[in-house]
Amino acid sequence: MANKTGATIELLNVSKVYPNQPEPAVENFTMTINPGELVMLVGPSGCGKTTTMKMINRIIEPSSGSIKIDGQDILTLDQNQLRRNIGYVIQQIGLFPHMTIAENVAVVPTLLGWSKDKIRARVAEMLELVELDPSVFSNRYPKQLSGGQQQRVGVARALSADPPVMLMDEPFGATDPITRERLQAEFQQLQANIGKTIVFVTHDFEEAIKLGDRIAVLSKRSKIEQFDTPANILANPASEYVASFIGEGAALKRLALMRVDSAVESGNATGPAISRDENLRVALDSVVLNAGRPVPVVGGGRVSIESISAALGIDVSRLGQ
Amino acid sequence: MGKYDLSLIWPFFLDKLDEIIELSTEHVLVVLISVLLATIFGVSLGLFAWDKPLLRSASIATAGVILTIPSMALLALMIPTFGLGWVPTLIALALYSLLPIVRNTVVGLREVPEAVMESARGMGMSPLRVLLSVQMPIAWPVILTGLRVATQLAIGIASIAAYVAGPGLGVYIFKGLSMLGAKNALNFALTGTVMIIIIALLFDALFILIKRLTTSRGIRG
Repeated sequence: MANKTGATIELLNVSKVYPNQPEPAVENFTMTINPGELVMLVGPSGCGKTTTMKMINRIIEPSSGSIKIDGQDILTLDQNQLRRNIGYVIQQIGLFPHMTIAENVAVVPTLLGWSKDKIRARVAEMLELVELDPSVFSNRYPKQLSGGQQQRVGVARALSADPPVMLMDEPFGATDPITRERLQAEFQQLQANIGKTIVFVTHDFEEAIKLGDRIAVLSKRSKIEQFDTPANILANPASEYVASFIGEGAALKRLALMRVDSAVESGNATGPAISRDENLRVALDSVVLNAGRPVPVVGGGRVSIESISAALGIDVSRLGQ
Repeated sequence: MGKYDLSLIWPFFLDKLDEIIELSTEHVLVVLISVLLATIFGVSLGLFAWDKPLLRSASIATAGVILTIPSMALLALMIPTFGLGWVPTLIALALYSLLPIVRNTVVGLREVPEAVMESARGMGMSPLRVLLSVQMPIAWPVILTGLRVATQLAIGIASIAAYVAGPGLGVYIFKGLSMLGAKNALNFALTGTVMIIIIALLFDALFILIKRLTTSRGIRG
């Protein structure tokens, strides 16, 4: 695991059978995750998605199969050494209440035997990365922080030793909707900069679409129903099951993933202008509010119902006939 | 038994001051040593047994049974083996102190939230490291409360030690009871009792201080 900016994770025929349970929790799970990729495992409660993830840092030991990180079989590694190279964020956060924020973030570097100066610098760097002012927060205790701030510390703590791999188990699940959106946006920004290989478990499909490079939709026994990019899953759900998971408004969800850029057409329009960086769902919203008439785009051009539909790949040539 | 004149206790107190100080010192010492013994054994047992259901229940139940043995009976039982004086007293007090210490150690360690335990393991801490640098500090206030209860228990029961010619202020209480009706009977009994209360209060204050000094600000109530 020398490569510090994301590693390949290969799971091959991984199964987990608990004693006294007739059915395996995970059965023959096979998946390859590319370096720097953020893979979302999505599925209903009890489908085995969390079990699958926890086998990667051996919080749960697989019953059979092999798991490799950068080609190295993790089952042959020392458990604690392995875990120090994998960032781990859980829903309940699990900060150590008796340690200050700085001490919490310093845990893994301390375990790895870094020097005091290096640790101090790293802690400050990590807190800044998650937008917490080190001079304010370093010496506070977890109970003095809000839920959202605690979750950021959880992410900083997981990243502190610069692990190539991160495992995240519904990290934003326990926060209120507004905080969750902000944390998601920040996390997206963060991942764009750090490029870790991340396995992210969620039951929230919206979250999966928003954050994932690829999404694995799972059903019972962690069976992969579909493993593809958010756009492809929305456009071509592989089965009834996946479609039901997407729920209503698949087109709108796809629009939310596309930039205004992709639907700009030439022409003039009146009304409030929209930025090129916005997504097409926002653009559609503006068009509807503009009584269905095209709206101008900042920097030239416009978007219309037709251009938005066309961007989704819908044949608009016969429109208006 | 005639009326008792409370004003007589002060001259009695001054007259017996040296002896009172000696008995009080003995009382404190016997409590300190026995609670220390119970702490070493009880905390070790708790650290070892907290995650082993059978051993955990067995040790708490045993310590509980010991506590139900009347102190007189336990002390009397020890005379054939350990004779009279300090030794049977220390052993009996240590045994009585075990329950709150073992129980609070086990409860404290078990009360550490599962999320905290899982993230400690998930970050690559060895089981021993999790126990010493995460569980123990978080469980510490609960364990300390166990020690405090054990100490209070030992201070009270230590007064019975005089029954086996043991040390401490029990000597005065027993003396007072045995000479009931005599002029100084109540003086002896009352002095013994009041000194025991004072010792108990001082120990309690000491524990409050220790708790403040040794508990992380992050988990202080």
